[in-house]
Amino acid sequence: MTDVCIRASGLVKRFGHTTALDGVDLEVPTGSILGVLGPNGAGKTTMVRILATLAQPDQGSVHVAGHDALRDPVAVRGLIGLTGQYASVDEELTGRENLELIGQLLRLPGREWKTRARELVGRFDLTEAGERPVKTYSGGMRRRIDLAASLVGRPRVLYLDEPTTGLDPRSRGDLWQTVRDLAEEGTTVLLTTQYLEEADELADRITVIDHGRTVAGGTPAELKRTTGSQTLHVRTVDPADTDRVIGFLTELLDTEPALASDGVSISAPTDDPVLLSALVRRLDQEAVTTDELALRLPSLDDVFFSLTGRALPGDDHEEASA
Amino acid sequence: MSAPTLTPENTLTPPVKRRIGALEATGHGLTLAKRNLRYVVRTPTTLIDTVIQPVLFLMVFVFLFGGAISGTWQGYLQTLVPGLMVQITMYASIGTGMALNTDISKGVFDRFRSLPIARSAPLVGAVLGDVVRYAVAVTVLLLLALALGFRVQTDPLSALLACVLVIVFGLTLCWFSVLIGMMVANPQAVPGVSMAVILPLTFGSNIFADPETMPRWLELWVGVNPVSHFVDTVRGLMIGGPVAGPLALSLVAVVLCHVILLPLALRAYLRRVR
Repeated sequence: MTDVCIRASGLVKRFGHTTALDGVDLEVPTGSILGVLGPNGAGKTTMVRILATLAQPDQGSVHVAGHDALRDPVAVRGLIGLTGQYASVDEELTGRENLELIGQLLRLPGREWKTRARELVGRFDLTEAGERPVKTYSGGMRRRIDLAASLVGRPRVLYLDEPTTGLDPRSRGDLWQTVRDLAEEGTTVLLTTQYLEEADELADRITVIDHGRTVAGGTPAELKRTTGSQTLHVRTVDPADTDRVIGFLTELLDTEPALASDGVSISAPTDDPVLLSALVRRLDQEAVTTDELALRLPSLDDVFFSLTGRALPGDDHEEASA
Repeated sequence: MSAPTLTPENTLTPPVKRRIGALEATGHGLTLAKRNLRYVVRTPTTLIDTVIQPVLFLMVFVFLFGGAISGTWQGYLQTLVPGLMVQITMYASIGTGMALNTDISKGVFDRFRSLPIARSAPLVGAVLGDVVRYAVAVTVLLLLALALGFRVQTDPLSALLACVLVIVFGLTLCWFSVLIGMMVANPQAVPGVSMAVILPLTFGSNIFADPETMPRWLELWVGVNPVSHFVDTVRGLMIGGPVAGPLALSLVAVVLCHVILLPLALRAYLRRVR
C-alpha cells in the first residue's frame, strides 16, 4: 500500500463571482514528484496556496502527512517548504542573511541557523552572491535563493509553484537536477508548471487541471496513452496549403485537427491504420507537397489538447528570461 | 487516480494540534524586530525618515520662522522642541504601515506565513522595531536641540518621562498606520493617506504657534485636538508648566485610540494572515 503524503479532496475556492477551484482532488505518494499541469489561470497557484496553508478553501479538505491543514496549519507549516513567486525573500537583506533569518525563526538548535545558511548558499552556488543584497540578483540566482529559503527547515514536503517560469535553459536544467536530488533524498514534491516538457521530465505522476477542475491524472506514459495510440503530424511546404490540409483531415477524421501556435504544424490523434495512406492519396490528387508527414506517439501537448480542446501556451522558456 | 484512500497515518488518532506558546511567539517577534531594524539601517529612505526629518524640521522652523513667531529663534527653540518630539513620532509611525504593506506586496509576508511561527510575529516585529525607530528619531532631535541651546528646565527624570510618553504616543498611532497599511494596495499609497490625517493633527495644533493668535474656529479645533494635549504634557515635563491636566486628557486619548483603532487594525491584519 502506497503511503499518501499530500491528499486534497473536493477543493473549491471562489473569489467573488470567479470560481478558481471547482472540486480539485489530488494525492501525492510520499517521496514522489507530482506535476500539476495547466495553463495560466487554471487555478494552480490558488491550489498551492491552499495546500501550503496560505489560503482557505471554501469547501474540501487538505491533509499533509496526516495533519489536517485547515485545523492544524502550524503542524503542516512545520513540514513544508514553499517556493513560488509570492512567497519571497527580503530583497534588502543579503542571501545569507535571509537564510539565517529563516533559520532563527525556525528555532534551529544552537548555531545551526548559521551553519545551515552557509551550507545552503554553497549547495546553490551562491557563496559569493550570498553576501550581496538579493535585489542585485539575476533571475536564476533569485530562484535559487527562493528555493534555498524553502529548504532551511529540511522540509519533508516541497511545493514548487512554476519554479522555472522565465528561466534560461541552463538555469532550468540546474533546477531540475536539484528537484530530482531532493526527491531522491525522500522529499515529496508537488510542482506546478505550464511546461509539458518540465512535467514529462520530472514528474512521477501528472495531474492536469483546467478551469479549476482536474481533467486527467496518471503517469506521463498513461496520459499519453489516453489520447489514442498515435498522432498524425503534417506540415505543408507552402503555408498557404495549411487550411486545405485541415479540410482534408476534417473530412477523413470527422473532427477538426489541432493547429500548433506556429500556424503551420497540424496534428491529430488517430487509431485508424489507413488514415495515413488515405491522406497521402488525397495530398497527391490535390498536388500538395509536405515537409513533414508522420505518425508518432502522442506528446503531452497532444494530451493537453485532446483533454481541453485548447493548445497549451508556447513552450518556449526563453520568452521571459529576466 | 488509483492511490489508496486510507493511509496508516489517517487511521490512527489524529495528531495533537500544535500551538505556539507566548514565549516562542515573543522570540519570533523579536527576531523579526531585529530584521526590521536592519532594514531601516539598510534602506536610505527609511533612514532619512528617521534621522534627517527631525533635523530638517528643527532647522527650518527654528531658523526660518523662529524669529518671526517668537521674536528670537532662541526663545522659539524652547517651546518648539517638545512639540516637534510629538510631531516626528507621528511622521515616523507612517513607516509601520509602509513596512507591513511592502512585506505583503513583495511576498515576504507569505514566506513568513508559510513558516511554523506565531501569526502575530510579523506585526509584533514591525511594532517593536518601530519603538527603536521612534527612540532614534527623538534622540537625534534632542541631541541637535541641545547643541543649538535647548535646555531641559525641569529635571532629567521628567524629561525621560516625556520621552517615554512620546513613544507611547507613537505606539498608539502605529495602529492607525497598520490599519492603513492593511487597506491600501501598495506601500506608496501609505504616506498619502496617512498625511491626510497627520497634517491637520500636527499643524492644527499648538506645536508651532500660540492658538490664541488663531481664528476662533481654528482655536477650537486646536483645543480638542489630542495632539495639543500631548504637546502640553511634554512641554510641562520638559520646560515646566501644568502636567496633570493635559496628561489626563492625553491618556484618555491613548485609551480611546486603542479601543477604536486596535481592534480595527488587528482585524484587518488577521484577515491577511489567517
